[in-house]
Formats: sequence, structure tokens, C-alpha cells
Amino acid sequence: MNSIIKTIRPAFLSLLVFTVLGGGVYTLSITGLAQVFFPNEANGSLVEVTLEDGTQQVVGSEFIAQEFTSPEYLIGRPMWETNLSPDSAELSELRQERIEWLTTMDPQNEQEIPADLVSGSGSGVDPHISTAAASFQIERIAAERNIDQAEVEEIIDRHTTSRFLGFWGEPGVNVLMVNLDLDGLLD
Amino acid sequence: MNYILTQNLFYLLVLIGMSIPLGLYMYKVMSGEPFLLEKIGAPLEKGIYKLLGTHQKDEMDAKRYGLSVVLFSLMGLVVVFLLQISQGVLPFNPEGIEGTSWHLAFNTAASFVSNTNWQAYSGETDLSYFSQSIGLTVQNFASAASGIAVLFALARGFRRKQIRSIGNFWVDLTRIFLYILLPLSFIGALILVSQGVVQTFGPFQTALTLEGAVEQTIPLGPAASQIMIKQLGTNGGGFFGVNSAFPLENPTALSNFIQLLSILLIPAALCVTFGKAVKDIKQGKAIYVAMLILFVVSVVAVTFNEQFMGPVVNGVATVGNMEGKEVIHGIGTSSLWATATTAASNGSVNSMHNSYTALGGLVLMFLIQIGEIVFGGVGSGLYGMLAFVLLTVFIAGLMVGRTPEYLSKKVEPFDMKMVCLLVLAPPVLTLLGAAAEMMTPGVQEQLTNTGARGFSEILYAYSSMGNNNGSAFAGFDANQPFTNVIGGLIMLLARFIPMLAAIFLAGNMAKKKTVAVSDGTLSTTNSLFVGLLIGVIVIIGALSFLPALSLGPIADFFTAL
Repeated sequence: MNSIIKTIRPAFLSLLVFTVLGGGVYTLSITGLAQVFFPNEANGSLVEVTLEDGTQQVVGSEFIAQEFTSPEYLIGRPMWETNLSPDSAELSELRQERIEWLTTMDPQNEQEIPADLVSGSGSGVDPHISTAAASFQIERIAAERNIDQAEVEEIIDRHTTSRFLGFWGEPGVNVLMVNLDLDGLLD
Repeated sequence: MNYILTQNLFYLLVLIGMSIPLGLYMYKVMSGEPFLLEKIGAPLEKGIYKLLGTHQKDEMDAKRYGLSVVLFSLMGLVVVFLLQISQGVLPFNPEGIEGTSWHLAFNTAASFVSNTNWQAYSGETDLSYFSQSIGLTVQNFASAASGIAVLFALARGFRRKQIRSIGNFWVDLTRIFLYILLPLSFIGALILVSQGVVQTFGPFQTALTLEGAVEQTIPLGPAASQIMIKQLGTNGGGFFGVNSAFPLENPTALSNFIQLLSILLIPAALCVTFGKAVKDIKQGKAIYVAMLILFVVSVVAVTFNEQFMGPVVNGVATVGNMEGKEVIHGIGTSSLWATATTAASNGSVNSMHNSYTALGGLVLMFLIQIGEIVFGGVGSGLYGMLAFVLLTVFIAGLMVGRTPEYLSKKVEPFDMKMVCLLVLAPPVLTLLGAAAEMMTPGVQEQLTNTGARGFSEILYAYSSMGNNNGSAFAGFDANQPFTNVIGGLIMLLARFIPMLAAIFLAGNMAKKKTVAVSDGTLSTTNSLFVGLLIGVIVIIGALSFLPALSLGPIADFFTAL
């Protein structure tokens, strides 16, 4: 019993040291440095554009997907976050609906649908699609907007991140940034 | 496929390359050999000892060391519990989040104190910035430091001769915190912020979306600082609900690499530290190799299943199972992360394990169930693995009829009792917990999937809590009074029974004389021993869990055929 009472004091004070240094000083100094050196990144990588009437508007975050449904836009991944087994009947049904929706939007397209366009991401807000999924949509977007396919391709390229060091991870096309660019909202 | 191979090789090379110098450095932190950072930190370190009323020479026996660990953790448990239920009236709460329920607060406190980081809550909706940084970030440091401290004590136990003491817990804790965890987290957190991981105390932002001008909420918070220590300390609790799958928690391929490397870095480096500490680097190497073999086999198995065994759908290009995975992480680094996080008792995710193929998910679950010893939690992974090493030595000794010895210490009945506690407490807790959950009425309501995958959700949840992992088959709705309370108790028992057993093992080893090595001594550094060790691990794991696994993922696999 005596030893318990003697140990309580250092136990409490150690936790205090961890709280002050690990919770306070560490968190605050990282926040301070982040706000000074990486203000855009530290605050959610928000995308602000100038609308036609000249007002500034936050239209989203570079890293958070938005839903696009019109054929003139690049379509992203489904925004469901199901946690379902890939073999389950429920997911299979969702997937079929999605395939039909994509086919109705672009009936002339005879290519195989890239898998990421019909499977949900882990976050439900994956901002990227694969380069294959972007190429799959070039013809449709160009036709809908009456512009050259090369122009669409160029815009997609501009917003494609490559693998880190050339091999780590997968290339990704940022759907929101491509669509903002297609609408001429990026400088 | 070539890319995936390159990614895995690159990862292993960087991991091994960095773990060796870090392991040697951590030995200096443990033993008190001088190094640069210590010179800078000395005034602060001395000041802390003065405040605590302790000093480096004041060494503890196993009982005092154990009591210190338990009381330190208990303080943390109480503080984190109180912070959560009262967060509504505390500062740094721009979203005005109310206090949590008592059972959720207990579950979360138990979870973070035990280095599990099981999350029955979702960060952005349930916890204030204050609770996250003052409660959870602190326990991310504290529980990791305690785990490493106990490993240091055990290493001293093997090395010392006829001494009762195994080190001073407060000194170990302070030095690990100041010289290992804080500096590494500091550097890592800044790299993460540069990539787009958020770090602010400002309120959530709203945006008007491009198509349809719908209001979209962008959750923010002091995330990068917490995420870096969550990975380094094998904690794993995400700042946001979907963890490192959420783009603002892990936005780029580089941030993904940094976090993935941090998951295994310290546990791998501790093998080197251990070898150095027992003055026989080969002992550390043998354990490292055994862990690596189990890890590599698992990575190959998971990646193969995700790449080739996903659903085949008419009209869709077959590129593997992308359900629940982010595009930029792909099959390769998602599978690698999933394997590392379940091997290492980390539990953070960058893809949703519940949407893995049946057999891919089976490997992940089994890695947790064999006791979090393939690298494992910081400190806890290696002291768990050392229990298996002693068990292997014991079994081998029985086969040839010789008193088992490890590192020139006789392994005697008391030691084997501690080993049994270390090896058997987690599986017993896991299976009892899962069985109790299965018998609660209305458990189906908590599940997302039906049938065998539904059972897998429960088995995975209790494997995760019963082995201090913290990841989930995330469809399982765990925020229920029964699950919160039982799960919380299981996490505490699964942490502190093995931990205390390791401390008493250390104390008993330190007291012993050493015996001379002879021709008849079983070598614990050759490939035969590595093979035996792996065999024992797999057999114990399979004996404990094969029946349960056949009702879950194995049945799932056959139904999907």
C-alpha cells in the first residue's frame, strides 16, 4: 500500500510531462510551423476560384471528391463506402446499377469499363481516378463540349500525378481539378 | 505487377536499411551511452527527474517496475475518460461537439492506454480538438513509450546476473519519449503537412461544389501531429473516421510511404537494439529474420489474392479488387499497408479490410491472431516474440531431454508460467469475447455483411481488441454499450497481463546465474532455430483459431466460389 502511494506521485507527474510536451508543445509547434510554411496544405488544400461575376468562391478541396453526374464532366469513383465483401450480392447489385448508368450515359463507348469507376474507395471521397478511367471518358467529354479530344487529353495530363520516384503507388487523375479546368475556372 | 514487386522490395530495403542505425541508436538511449541529442536534452531530462523525484541510479525490481507501469497507465485511463465526457465544456472545440457516452469514453480510454487504438467513434464527429490532442495524442506517446520501456527491462533481465533490479521505469519512459518518439514524430509530422495532411485549430470549412452547388463540409483539425505518432508508436488510431484512407490524412504517394515506413520502423529496429543489449547481435538477427519471413510470405499472399482473386464482372476490365482501396495507393501499397498494419499491431488502414477478398482478409486476421509478434507493437511485439522464443527453446529442450537455456540462462518453471501468460492470454480473450458477442441478442443489427463475412466482422473485431491491434472489418457497428464495455476490458487485459508477465520474467531472469555454453547447448541463432520458431508460432496460432477461421473467412471463400 505504501509503495502504491509513493508511486502515484511520479505516475501523475510523468503523465503531466507527456501532456505538456506531447499534447501541448509538440502539437502547437507543429501547428505553428505548418501555418507559416504550408498554410494551404495545413488548411485542407482548399480550391478558390473567381466566378464569372468576379466573386471569390471556395469550390472544394483538392483532396476531397465531389459528385459529378453530367456527361460533360469527368466522372469520378462511386461515392459509396460500403464495407461490403467484394463477392456479396448487395455490392454486386450496386455495381450493376453503376455499370448500367455509365453505359446509358455513353452508349457508343465499347471499351471495357475500368474497375475503379465501378468500385467504391475506402474513404468514399477518393479524389482520383486511374489514367485508364480518364482515357475511357475523353471521347464523351470532347463530344459533349464540342472541343478537340487532344484538348481534353491535355487537361487530364495537367492534373495527373505520377508515381512517387517513378514506381511507388499508382498514377491518379484529380477529377475536381480536371473539371474546374474544363470549365475554364483555373487560371 | 512489376511495379508492385519493385514497391515491396524498395520498402523492405529502406526498412532494413533504416532499422539498423535506429536500433543501434535506441541502444544508446537504453543504456545511457552518450550521444548528441542527449547533450542538448540533458537539462530538460534532469529537470524532469527532479520534478518526479527520481534519478537514473534509483533502479527498480520487477514489482516496482510493474506497479509504475500500471499506475502510469491508470492515470492515463482516468484522464482520457474524463476529457471525453466533459469535452462539451472544454476549449478547442470549434464544432461544438458534446461529451461522449460513458461507455464510449471508457472504451476509447482503454483502447488508447493499451496501445490498441480500436475506434468505436469517428474522430470528426465525436471528439473535439482538445480531446484529440490533449487526450489521445498524449496516450499515443505514452503507451508506445511504456511498451518500449518494458522491452528494455526484459533485455536487461537477460543480460544481468544475480541482480534484482531491471531499470528505472520513469527514466526509461522519459528517455524514450525525449530522444526517440518526439524527434522522429516532429520530423515526420512536418513532412506530412507538406503533403497536405491538415494541421490547424480552425473550424471545419464549407465549399459549394462545382456541379449542383451543394454545400460540402471539409473536416479539419490538428491531424498531422497525431497521425505521425499514431504510426511510429504502432497505435493506429486515425484522426478521422476512415483513418489513413481519408485523403486529408494521407493525401499523396509520398505521405503514404512515410506512414507505411513508420508502421514497422521502430518494431524492426528494436530487434537490433535487443541484439546489441544482450551483447550478441546474432540473437537479434535471428528474431528479425523470423519476423521478416512471416511478413514476406503474408505480403505475397495478400497481394496475390487482391490482384488475382477479386470479382470478375462482365464488361469491366479486370485489374484486381479495387473495392475499398484508393486509386493512388493501388493494389500494391494497399496490400502492403494492410499486411504491415496487422503484422505490427498498428491498426491504421489506407484501405478497407472488410472489402478484401476472403483469403486476403484471412491472412490479415491470422497475422493479428498469432499474437502481434511479426514485428508487432513497439516493444510489445518483441517481448511477445521473445515468449515464443522461450517456448521454442523449451519444446526443443524437451525433445532432447535437456534443461532449456536461452542466452545462457536456464528456463525454469516460473519463466514458463510467465511465457504461458504471454502466449495464451490474447487468444483466450479473443475467443471468449467473440463468443460472448455472438450470444448477445440482436447482434445481427451491428453487422454490415451477412453470413460468413458477418461472422468474420465479429471475429476480426475481437481479434483486433484481444491483441491490441485496433483495425476493423469496418462495417461492424461497435459503439454499443455491451461491445464497448467488454471490448474495453479485453483490451486492458490483453495489454497488461502479457506486459506484467514480461516484467516478472525480466525480474526472474535478472536474478539468475549464467550457465556456460557447451556443445550440447541449443543454438538460437541458426536457421534451424528460425525454422522451429516459425513452426511453433504457426502451430499455436492455427490450433487456437482454425475452428473459428473455418466458420469465417474459409467458409466465406467457399461460398463465393
